[in-house]
Amino acid sequence: MVPEATFTSYYGRPIVKPSPWEADIPTYLFAGGVAAGSSLIAAGADLTGRPTLRRSGRLGAVAALSVSMVALVHDLGKPSRFLNMLRVAKVTSPMSVGTWILTLYGPFAGAVAATEVVAMLPARWRVGPLRLAAVVDRPAGLLAALFAPPVAAYTAVLLADTATPSWHAAYRELPFVFVGSAAAASAGLGLVTSPVGETGPARRFAVGGAALELVMEHRMERSMGITAEPLHRGTAGRWMRAAKALTVAGAAGSLLAGRSRAVAVVSGTALLAGSVCTRFGIFEAGQESAKDPRYTVVPQRERLAAGMPVRSGPAAPRTSHPAT
Amino acid sequence: MAGKHSLFGPVDPAADAGYGEDHPPRMGFFTDTSICIGCKACEVACKEWNDVPATHFDMLGSSYDNSLSLNANQWRHVAFIEQAKPLGEQESGLRRQAVDLGMPGMAPPDGASAAHAGQDDDAGRPDFRWLMSSDVCKHCTHAACLDVCPTGSLFRTEFGTVVVQDDICNGCGYCVPACPYGVIERRKGPEGAKNVGIAQKCTLCYDRLGAGSTPACAQACPTQSIQFGDVDELRERADARLAQLHEAGTTDARLYGHDPEDGVGGAGAFFLLLDEPEVYGLPPDPVVTTKDLPHMFNRAGVAALTLLAGAALSFLGRRR
Ligand code: SF4
Ligand code: SF4
Repeated sequence: MVPEATFTSYYGRPIVKPSPWEADIPTYLFAGGVAAGSSLIAAGADLTGRPTLRRSGRLGAVAALSVSMVALVHDLGKPSRFLNMLRVAKVTSPMSVGTWILTLYGPFAGAVAATEVVAMLPARWRVGPLRLAAVVDRPAGLLAALFAPPVAAYTAVLLADTATPSWHAAYRELPFVFVGSAAAASAGLGLVTSPVGETGPARRFAVGGAALELVMEHRMERSMGITAEPLHRGTAGRWMRAAKALTVAGAAGSLLAGRSRAVAVVSGTALLAGSVCTRFGIFEAGQESAKDPRYTVVPQRERLAAGMPVRSGPAAPRTSHPAT
Repeated sequence: MAGKHSLFGPVDPAADAGYGEDHPPRMGFFTDTSICIGCKACEVACKEWNDVPATHFDMLGSSYDNSLSLNANQWRHVAFIEQAKPLGEQESGLRRQAVDLGMPGMAPPDGASAAHAGQDDDAGRPDFRWLMSSDVCKHCTHAACLDVCPTGSLFRTEFGTVVVQDDICNGCGYCVPACPYGVIERRKGPEGAKNVGIAQKCTLCYDRLGAGSTPACAQACPTQSIQFGDVDELRERADARLAQLHEAGTTDARLYGHDPEDGVGGAGAFFLLLDEPEVYGLPPDPVVTTKDLPHMFNRAGVAALTLLAGAALSFLGRRR
């Protein structure tokens, strides 16, 4: 362990402000991941002839997308505030970029869920324009799958593009942690909802996603220096420990889930729960890191002490005052 | 978004935001904390002019600072630091006649310390100084708050300053964690105040600037600790003042935020401090988070492709 660094502060008060976001936002991160992964699974299931997995993926995606939109609108206060963001497209704002990603993804995810519902209707009801559903079905599903990965990945940039110490310091690995978590959770949903005969790919997706998440989370912590501390402390620490245990257990279970539906259901549930914990853990750790001036001052002091202040132009650091 | 310096490095922010050649010069503040007397006239003038509601007033027990921090309802904030350090090294010639005023000590008033009080020699003179500093939004050259705002509510004015448009802000709160100085905040209350739920911070009195007058805080400051003007000229003034203080022996004087090469491309509101920035609650080496944004999007792009490939591989495996 690194020894406790000493630092100076103004009456111990925070320097940066924590985000004003609440449980809505980690819920949004989780649900967005489930939606994205489910669209990918659904497209694969469609192409390889796995009807139950396809259906659960498509319906799961639209359900998760609805949860994430409700969480987002609840955070903003009213729906029109979401529409406010559609008046601009701004590449320097990950929230603006994310809004546009969702705007591209959402309609296809919605359309393909609708065609799935139409396909479930008795044949004699599928008349008139409803017959179009069969034509739209696969293309819409494939487009949803194409736009899905950015939905899972951009949320990492959303958190990292802040002055919140434990989010910003994680920016290199966080997108991989988040897509891994999305894969594991959506595969978990597939394991819970589909018969074992169809879930082979979901089991592989689950194990791969969980492994990616765990490995990249480990590397992330090693690269974060002192700002990794909040991931181990208090509420965030409890979320992160639970996330690890559930993800490991869920992944191990999915290796055996080809034999028993019961094992599949339990493993899938563990993977979903693990993803929830990962999102809440990382969210909370960032909030805590912003509330303690240590995590703002110490890393900045360290680079100053190393003679490496962040400066543009030729490296020569300018010092306007005597070093003390 | 134009030019290679748009996310980092020295730049004229108004020109970078697309204002033409004829835009007015960049305006800002130079806050010389060495002459701040902690009167809080700036805090009051700001609240009066900008109709900023009063919410925090708690006896915080931290010297005379009872206004907590810069926040949605506090656009100027005067920090007070009590230090057991000598008052600079200037020889006033008054030293021998100094009278002990009975300054509250750090230790209980036992006989030993009382014996020193009022003594004539230097050794007995209590080493004590107050640092006072009026903090404000830095109006960064590269303003993270503005970069991340998804609605375009935060914008760059023709004076190079950063201002929230209350009627466009959707209260998403993204600017709040983005600011490396913890300046901007969503207004939480009080009930019935205007702009509750909307991001709020110093506007550098955009309305007054437009009418050719000085921002309220600078106008009210009785010692000219807060100086308002053309940023280029203020930088020269700051350099001169720093040299003067160093010459007079105040070696711990330093400038903060004046350097266009720094992590935010230089602040439009910069400071002369008498101690390390963190002593005043300022980050020692702040960086605009969007400096790393291209790299972040890159990593996210690779992660997204990894997810797509992972899904494809999962389905290409054995069929069972
Ligand atoms: S100090 Fe913070 S609120 Fe002010 S311009 Fe810079 S980033 Fe924005
Ligand atoms: S809270 Fe308002 S000003 Fe801040 S980023 Fe969101 S829309 Fe922009």
